[in-house]
Amino acid sequence: MDAAVERTGMYLQRVPKACGGKLPHALVTTAKYDWIIVPPQRTWEHFSHQADIGIRGTGATLSEAFEQAACALTAVITDPDGVRATRAVEIRCEAQDPELLLVDWLNAIVYEMAVQHLLFSRFEVRTDGHRLSGCAWGEAIDIPRHQPAVEVKGATLTELKVAQDDGGRWIAQCIVDV
Amino acid sequence: MDLSRFERVTDNEWRINPVGAMRVPGIIYADADLIRGMDDKVYEQITNVATLPGIIKASYAMPDAHWGYGFPIGGVAAFDAAQGGVVSAGGVGFDISCGVRSLTTGLTRSDIEPHKDSLADVLFAAIPAGLGSTGTIRLNDRGMQAMLTGGARWAVSQGYGYQDDLQYIEEYGCMAGALAEEVSQQAKRRQRDEMGTLGSGNHYLEVQHVIEIYDRNAARAFALHENDIVVSIHCGSRGLGHQIGTEFLKSMAIAAHQYGIELPDRELACAPINSPLGESYLGAMRAGINCALANRQILTHLARRAFEGILPRAELSVLYDVSHNTCKQEEHVVDGKPMRLFVHRKGATRALGPGHADLPEAFRESGQPVLIGGSMGTASYILAGLPQSEQRCFASACHGAGRAMSRRKASKQWHGRQVIDDLSARGILIRSHSYRGVAEEAPGAYKDVDAVVDAAENAGLARKVVKLAPVICVKG
Repeated sequence: MDAAVERTGMYLQRVPKACGGKLPHALVTTAKYDWIIVPPQRTWEHFSHQADIGIRGTGATLSEAFEQAACALTAVITDPDGVRATRAVEIRCEAQDPELLLVDWLNAIVYEMAVQHLLFSRFEVRTDGHRLSGCAWGEAIDIPRHQPAVEVKGATLTELKVAQDDGGRWIAQCIVDV
Repeated sequence: MDLSRFERVTDNEWRINPVGAMRVPGIIYADADLIRGMDDKVYEQITNVATLPGIIKASYAMPDAHWGYGFPIGGVAAFDAAQGGVVSAGGVGFDISCGVRSLTTGLTRSDIEPHKDSLADVLFAAIPAGLGSTGTIRLNDRGMQAMLTGGARWAVSQGYGYQDDLQYIEEYGCMAGALAEEVSQQAKRRQRDEMGTLGSGNHYLEVQHVIEIYDRNAARAFALHENDIVVSIHCGSRGLGHQIGTEFLKSMAIAAHQYGIELPDRELACAPINSPLGESYLGAMRAGINCALANRQILTHLARRAFEGILPRAELSVLYDVSHNTCKQEEHVVDGKPMRLFVHRKGATRALGPGHADLPEAFRESGQPVLIGGSMGTASYILAGLPQSEQRCFASACHGAGRAMSRRKASKQWHGRQVIDDLSARGILIRSHSYRGVAEEAPGAYKDVDAVVDAAENAGLARKVVKLAPVICVKG
């Protein structure tokens, strides 16, 4: 299917119709093609948890998923768009598996935010799933401007998952305690 | 949760018989409605806790139980070290010794009313609250060591409050067995700017008034009368506690295998009490308790100074200070035998009954004050320990209402400014740095605390003494 698919835009994929049938999830069907929504390759989101908040990053690579998870972490506190990426903080961690590595990465960011009074909006990660070398860019917390909603106490092992989905995209998620 | 998964013992006590790897039964103290309103994870977590080595009698859940980290929030479990019992970082939580301190003031509702706005503003200015706020106290290494060992006792020695305050704090203000050297440099660094700060989320400093009295004798013992003004502070061990929780959760999760512990859920990470890791955690956790006690002592001092400026005749006296995220070594009688047990209370409050030796003289007859924090804009309660709570679940009770909906949903459903305006129209002043934070803490986002407290009383865990309504809330 990949060879036959033509990406026409960021969110729409054009798929040649096979055997005249219609893809069940097609947004629009024409004589020759089905048009389906393809989620952006690299993104973050929150998911519900009763007491606290779930954060999830997705990406084409493991590193991208980790970067996006860190954006989701910031978004728990404040809108990442409102945080200028002017100061860089280097972060290195190591863990026995990619899931514990995610927790370490997020907790390292939480620690730097706490001790340096910073918020971060841009992240760069290089990781093989056991060792991580990364950088977080941000600025000093400005309470009136950023209006931080809540403090993240730490990343937890609850709903902790680092894996590829059926489409080969990497997902990195966990619940953070606020 | 599906009620058919439980065996009804009484209307307010429901049992899960041991199946599979469970070593003891699960017991929930709640009525049918509350149980139906709980998420399925509560069942899973109660039963998971019941599989841990050395657990004694049962894995308990309080009327406000909800999905937690390994342990349900509102979970109680006691372990015997001699039987390979474990201590669990998840069974204490990320906010070690989060708790509530309530103070009487000698003022009434009508004393406060003309000064409400000024008092709200002064408290908001005086109490560092929310992410990014910093305290004015900076501790050097020696000071940090002293604080972690001395708790509220240390704080009083530094001029924050009075000697008399200490007897109305659990552990008399100082947790024994704290090992400052087991607290990492990162945890101490994280605490450096946070001494005397409120934190955020569901933390608050509230000015409240007594709106109903249920037990006149106990109210008298607590020096509470109708319309009295009470100040309540809800917060914990700040960055130090969070860092300790983070670090030990990881090391316990990794080490469980080599201790031969099979974790049904990685979040249930624990270590044998009698092991280097277990002892290290206990030492660090107790230091975390001292940090929380010192923190609430400093906040008391700041609140006293704020009141002095607006209402000089106010006298803020500590009613009591309780913690609801701890693991304490306590003596309990099990099947007629006295045992020293390590009791985890995760989102659960100790509730000693009348006559208990650990109570200050003033509360020997009434039982321990159990401070139940309400959510923003809703009622809080002060309960008193009941004698039968000891037999029920090691003298424990609930701690608050618990959330009814996620933060995401709440911030979509409510706007902070509207919530503040609505509460103001009802005479309740909210002060916060973040509108979204207020929306996430909207009264409607929480369960009905009245139902939780009634269930606790009906289950024989603690009895209602007074109900409090908010007047001013400084939100973290």
